[in-house]
Amino acid sequence: MPYRRTRRLHRTLLFIASVTIISHAAAQNSAPPTRGSGLAAWQQVYSVLTHPRCINCHTATNYPQQGDDRHRHLFNVVRGPGGKGVPALNCATCHQDANAESTGVPGAHNWHLAPLSMKWQDTNDNILSSTQVCQSLTDRSKNDNLNGSGILRHHQQEPLVLWAFQPGHRRDGTARSLPPLTHDEFVAATKTWVAAGMPCP
Amino acid sequence: MESYTLTINGQSKQVTVDPSTPLLWVLREELKMTGTKFGCGISACGACTVHVAGIATRSCVLPVSLVGDRPIVTIEGIGQDAVGRAVQDAWVSEDVVQCGYCQSGQIMAAVALLKSIRKPTDSNIEQSMGGNLCRCGTYIRIRQAIKTASQKLL
Repeated sequence: MPYRRTRRLHRTLLFIASVTIISHAAAQNSAPPTRGSGLAAWQQVYSVLTHPRCINCHTATNYPQQGDDRHRHLFNVVRGPGGKGVPALNCATCHQDANAESTGVPGAHNWHLAPLSMKWQDTNDNILSSTQVCQSLTDRSKNDNLNGSGILRHHQQEPLVLWAFQPGHRRDGTARSLPPLTHDEFVAATKTWVAAGMPCP
Repeated sequence: MESYTLTINGQSKQVTVDPSTPLLWVLREELKMTGTKFGCGISACGACTVHVAGIATRSCVLPVSLVGDRPIVTIEGIGQDAVGRAVQDAWVSEDVVQCGYCQSGQIMAAVALLKSIRKPTDSNIEQSMGGNLCRCGTYIRIRQAIKTASQKLL
């Protein structure tokens, strides 16, 4: 075979092989995660949701919690009708739109408790199981009618969720502990879980 | 150090302080407005209560850098409206005060309560005023004064 035709043939074969490989990879990536992958991703999400930075405001009681030991919030703070405290003792009485680093008070926009429908503890402050939290989170009668996309958006954008990954420092200068994943990892795990159909264990 | 223009009791005040300075100390030391008291410095007692954009706020933990353009009302200015005056009058008529140290904060909290709930129940009063501590134990008179002010405002 003449040299030019050989080179042309090689280039054609190389092109066909490349397209085949890329198509195969694309097909693999567009396939939804398996239930197993979804459950594994859910466990990662659960590990963040039950970290003190998140669960301290997802209580089943008339009060929020504070600290890594999740003690009852000091100073007689109570939930109030809208989860924002009561007149003269609102969440905003102390918590501003940003962390107050000099005084140690954490802050983010619209600081408030999660509704009781999104409690992830029982009334004795015991953390609910992975199954229970997953079922609660995916119950649209309890989660403000959020579907998977809505839950993902909540994890991506809600200021109080974002705060959990930048919780600031205590008054003594020590940093508050962080959830076990970064925010990007948390969003990625949520995406995988949602793409798998939000399976619950 | 940075310069801030604060609106306090309807007046514009300029201060130059470290951004981390709590509003309490800006009021007391920079502006010599000593009606607002230091009780604990950790938002536990309520003696430092002022109103920021109408919300009862613990000035001891609020860095001046986070105030922004929100209007501030202190104990010195609370009598400028009907609710404030009613509370002040009730505090006098019910002879609430003993040592007086916590009472600036108590009055500010009571005004915030009455502006939100004009006829508070005992439960409302306990929850809303429960964050303002009084070592002299004037709670019973505080409760009565709130009810007296409420009656006057209805």
